[in-house]
Amino acid sequence: MTDAKTNTEDYLRMYRQMVRIRSFEDQANQLYLSAKMPGLTHMYSGEEAVAVGICEALKVTDKITSTHRGHGHCVAKGADFKQMFCELLGKEEGYCRGKGGSMHIADQSNGNLGANAIVGGSMGIATGSALSAKRLGRDDVTVCFFGDGATAQGLLYEVMNMAALWSLPVIYACENNGYSEYTRTDEIAAGSIVGRAEAFGIEAFKVDGQDVLAVNDLAQTLVARCRKGEGPFFIELETYRYHGHHVGDINREYYRPKDEEKEWHTNRDPITNFAKWLTAEGIVDQAELDTIQTEIKTDAASAVAYALDAKYPDVSEVDMHVFAETP
Amino acid sequence: MRQITLSTAVNEAIAEEMRRDETIFLIGEDVAEAGTPFKITSGLVEEFGTDRVIDTPIAEPGFMGIAVGAAMTGSRPIVDLMFGDFIFLIMDQLCNQAAKTHYMSGGKLNVPLVLRTNMGATRRSAAQHSQSLHAIVAHIPGLKIAMPSSAFEAKGLLKTAIRDNNPVVIFEDKLMYQDKADVPEGELLIPFGVANVKREGSDITLVGTSSMVQVAEKAAEILAAEGISAEVIDPRTIVPLDMDTINASVRKTSRCIVIDEGHQSFGVTSEIASRLMEESFYHLDGPVIRMGAMDVPIPFSPALEDITVPTPEGVAANARKLMAGEMFNG
Ligand SMILES: Cc1ncc(C[n+]2csc(CCOP(=O)(O)OP(=O)(O)O)c2C)c(N)n1
Ligand SMILES: [Mg+2]
Repeated sequence: MTDAKTNTEDYLRMYRQMVRIRSFEDQANQLYLSAKMPGLTHMYSGEEAVAVGICEALKVTDKITSTHRGHGHCVAKGADFKQMFCELLGKEEGYCRGKGGSMHIADQSNGNLGANAIVGGSMGIATGSALSAKRLGRDDVTVCFFGDGATAQGLLYEVMNMAALWSLPVIYACENNGYSEYTRTDEIAAGSIVGRAEAFGIEAFKVDGQDVLAVNDLAQTLVARCRKGEGPFFIELETYRYHGHHVGDINREYYRPKDEEKEWHTNRDPITNFAKWLTAEGIVDQAELDTIQTEIKTDAASAVAYALDAKYPDVSEVDMHVFAETP
Repeated sequence: MRQITLSTAVNEAIAEEMRRDETIFLIGEDVAEAGTPFKITSGLVEEFGTDRVIDTPIAEPGFMGIAVGAAMTGSRPIVDLMFGDFIFLIMDQLCNQAAKTHYMSGGKLNVPLVLRTNMGATRRSAAQHSQSLHAIVAHIPGLKIAMPSSAFEAKGLLKTAIRDNNPVVIFEDKLMYQDKADVPEGELLIPFGVANVKREGSDITLVGTSSMVQVAEKAAEILAAEGISAEVIDPRTIVPLDMDTINASVRKTSRCIVIDEGHQSFGVTSEIASRLMEESFYHLDGPVIRMGAMDVPIPFSPALEDITVPTPEGVAANARKLMAGEMFNG
């Protein structure tokens, strides 16, 4: 692993954030399996190092746009468990007062402009956020998360062209987890993914998305360069989703072999591998990591319990927020 | 007769037509091995191969445009659009290209394609996966719009659509995919522009589209128990729209409620109500009442989502008011 952050506190925060995502998703999956969650949801488990490595390079004022597989981005950008679980259950105290749910969770307070149920739907938004930052003289950087499948959307090429022409502070972060729903990436993406960005003269990088330090190292550099006006950039992060496309996608051997899943779980787990590195380097001992795990699991469980008991929005809220107040 | 699900009926219609006509192909996301997320097209790739059951990248405007071009040059594509909400991505190809080509070419070019997609809320899928957008495309001249209300209609309307020489958009209600109905094996063609009188009645006409036919039928049951006789009409296609059947019914009952799952404003209910006002005004004993989805993005929270769509109880309540001659105010 590459050495990105040199301070124990930073390492532990990254570890903690990855564990928080995993615990959040384990709870969300349980909520689905026990029929306590309305609708479906897409698990981020396995991809933690991507969101955490990148978001740990960002400030609260920096922006991100997220996807249908968005819980990881939301947690990594600083969101709170209780408000997130409340949103997943459609409760009033959720980040979006229950109106958005899993696929539209947004956390304005931490610069998360929102998950998106339209694949590729946030590419314009991220680029617009970067334009706005530049015009208004803020040094904010925007990171646009999207999947390998989303590279098929034409919008990406329209906005990358403009971002490159106008040197916008945006980083396109392509989470290549090898699958677009039930189809392998190589069946839906011709040629090279980074080559797409390079065609617009955008510097593009490929990184191991399971290695949180490698991701963070690259993200730190690119974010700093974006702030100096050297953007946009493109990163392809090689990663893997542990669950099915969504929580209901249980029987998936017809499109994804069990052996492949096992290989990633056993040899390429971002949390396990980071823990190994942390202990091997003598930064922390296993007992400390175990304590962190236990604390976070307890936290997640109590946030779920809280959300299950929380109240639904009053029906009078149904036509609230269709339009913003204009004084 | 045997009963099959709406999903099976669609699958069967596609298979039968593909066997009959080599120029037909199916195109869309995960339509082959995966058989779509709703498992509607399962088995088709095994029978017809990947040349005729084509998986695409997530590139809706791209594959819609390809279908339009193929349709103009001798193919008859069936396009699978995974969610009706994604229709906004393909609007140019559908509305500026497919819909207008025949007209703009002075009748020289045809676009015989079928766009199959879906509609319907209350699946807890939130604002971008729950819309019923048929009225938006119905506004564009050159597109025919079918809205099956059961497995029977799903098969018969789809087979007719595939043989039509125009672009046809079919909206299936996601909640009905597993609902069963009597459906004949083999040939079943339901003509466009012919409404179905689902239930006869004399006091009030309930016009419902898609799953709102079931809502109307349930409301009719509730009303029957109270001595109110409701007639239920399913237009089956909204373009073309069979006003003859609807007018005849309303002239008999003199009252009407139109129920549709699109947003109430500027929608199908408004269109049918205003045609009734123009064509049957002097036969009416009260205003034609529109019942659509509330004019709000569909909320995720179950507590809110369920009140956004018409219910049998709501329809029955409005019917009682109409019968009693009560005033309605917006
Ligand atoms: C415009 C659009 N088309 C199709 C879908 C259905 N859909 C949801 S997620 C998905 C696959 C996305 O793959 P990818 O971008 O690789 O993200 P991943 O799920 O692998 O994280 C598809 C096809 C959608 N939500 N939006
Ligand atoms: Mg993917």
